[in-house]
Amino acid sequence: MNWGTSFTIAVKELTIIRRKKSIISYIILLPIILSILFSLVVQNDIASPSGISPNYQLGLESLTYFFVVFAAILPASIAAYSIVGEKVEKSLEPLLATPTTDGEILLGKSIASFVLPLLAIWGGACIFMVSTDYLTYNLISYYFFPNWTSGVMLLLLAPLAAIFSIELAVILSSRVSDVRGANQVSGLLFIPFMAVFLAGVEGAISFDVNTLLIFSGIVLIVDIGLFFLSSSTFSREEILTKWK
Amino acid sequence: MIETEKLTRKFGDLVAVDNLTFRVNQGEIFGFLGPNGAGKTTTIRMLCCLISKTSGQARIAEYEVGNKSDSLKIRKLIGFVSDNVGLYDSLTAYENLDYYGKLYKCPESSRKENIERFLRILGLWEKKDFAAGTFSKGMKQKLAIARALIHDPEILFMDEPTANLDPEASKTVREFILELKKEKKTIFLNTHNLDEAQRICDRIGILNTKLMALGTPTELEHLVGGSKIVIQLEQVNDAILSALKKLSLGNMIRDDRKLTIEVTDPDKENPAIVRAIVNAGGNIQYVSPAGSSLEDAYLKLVRE
Repeated sequence: MNWGTSFTIAVKELTIIRRKKSIISYIILLPIILSILFSLVVQNDIASPSGISPNYQLGLESLTYFFVVFAAILPASIAAYSIVGEKVEKSLEPLLATPTTDGEILLGKSIASFVLPLLAIWGGACIFMVSTDYLTYNLISYYFFPNWTSGVMLLLLAPLAAIFSIELAVILSSRVSDVRGANQVSGLLFIPFMAVFLAGVEGAISFDVNTLLIFSGIVLIVDIGLFFLSSSTFSREEILTKWK
Repeated sequence: MIETEKLTRKFGDLVAVDNLTFRVNQGEIFGFLGPNGAGKTTTIRMLCCLISKTSGQARIAEYEVGNKSDSLKIRKLIGFVSDNVGLYDSLTAYENLDYYGKLYKCPESSRKENIERFLRILGLWEKKDFAAGTFSKGMKQKLAIARALIHDPEILFMDEPTANLDPEASKTVREFILELKKEKKTIFLNTHNLDEAQRICDRIGILNTKLMALGTPTELEHLVGGSKIVIQLEQVNDAILSALKKLSLGNMIRDDRKLTIEVTDPDKENPAIVRAIVNAGGNIQYVSPAGSSLEDAYLKLVRE
């Protein structure tokens, strides 16, 4: 495995993504819009006649967790596109004829799919946390953010969720042959994380640090398994002979 | 340089390439001629280590095709122009070449030098900062060839390099291929363009799943019973026709003042034919070879 080759592939992917205005605005605008919406929700909650909601903490944790769900959505669509997009542009065959390994190609595409969405999600989360602190400081007399829960969510669980969705997108996009199929597939990958969100909101689980660490551990194990699965299912021969 | 022995590839029950044995020498332009589905692309893909072989042997330089540790070494040694140009439309011409130069680990100085050299040779230097997606088909094809040469490979595999190009762009590509031969590059060319194969290939293999024939264009012409000549006379009379019949020639067709005669050995038979006509009192206006007899060879072999 040559990291330099993967880095070259990642830089190329990021250059292409940067030039596709629809993709770049989707990646950057979505977390920002989300953070503004969440800030408005917090503001409304505070401004209501009953004052701060009894579920204030759970509400903020749930909103923060939503960035984890987005970490499972945004990179998947880029990862799926970067595989299927090569097929659509018919650029995969010349690429596979170069002295690059399957692992280097997958890693390069994964880095490109990971970096930009995660930076955008962290940026959106920062806007949300700063605005929440600004809106709530006078009421609770301390800054709610940052805290351990949000740290684990954003710095541990969100990257793991992004890796999970990228690896699944790579596996599944090798089985589809057009961009629409890739988008449909990638659109389903947030479901496990959404299920955890709903379980948290319904009180079936709590968003405390221990629960989040256990969940992160499970996702990490799944990620490792998916890494080996994605490497073994990326068959250059199958892609060249079966993709039409 | 390239050597195969009983190279075979099957897709399920379908035999795409059957017991292919041939050798391509260093500095040679070797053409594979065959109809669609003949196994030309499959053969190139096997030799470029893109797909595996079912059985048989193949070697590129000293490396074994199919040996996992040799695959990367082979791919470093070769350049590949696929039948689809496969450029990144949103990257500029320069960025497309620079990316591949980096993948081939070309040092920065030689990478920049080669990019400029090939873009200038192919007339694309002025367009280096334009997105490849804005290029015409011919320009894209030239850029794809430059991409395959960016690491200065010893062997170049080209799959239908002039397919879908207009005559002028095809001519530019053909001339460039002949320039590469001067640099002692070994070129393996897939085509179904007979004229192209005849013009630029040193040797041609006619493929239809199996290798039907292999040789120089002239050798292949002789395979189907030699070539034809056309003789136009001022007037054709019985004396001339009976003189020609005495020579025991191949099939002869008369079309007004024009005679088309099949000859097996033009070097020996043509002077005898001319002499017989002149002795019989005929006035010859011109003598010329008839059509492309490589086409006859190709059609005969492919239909077998």
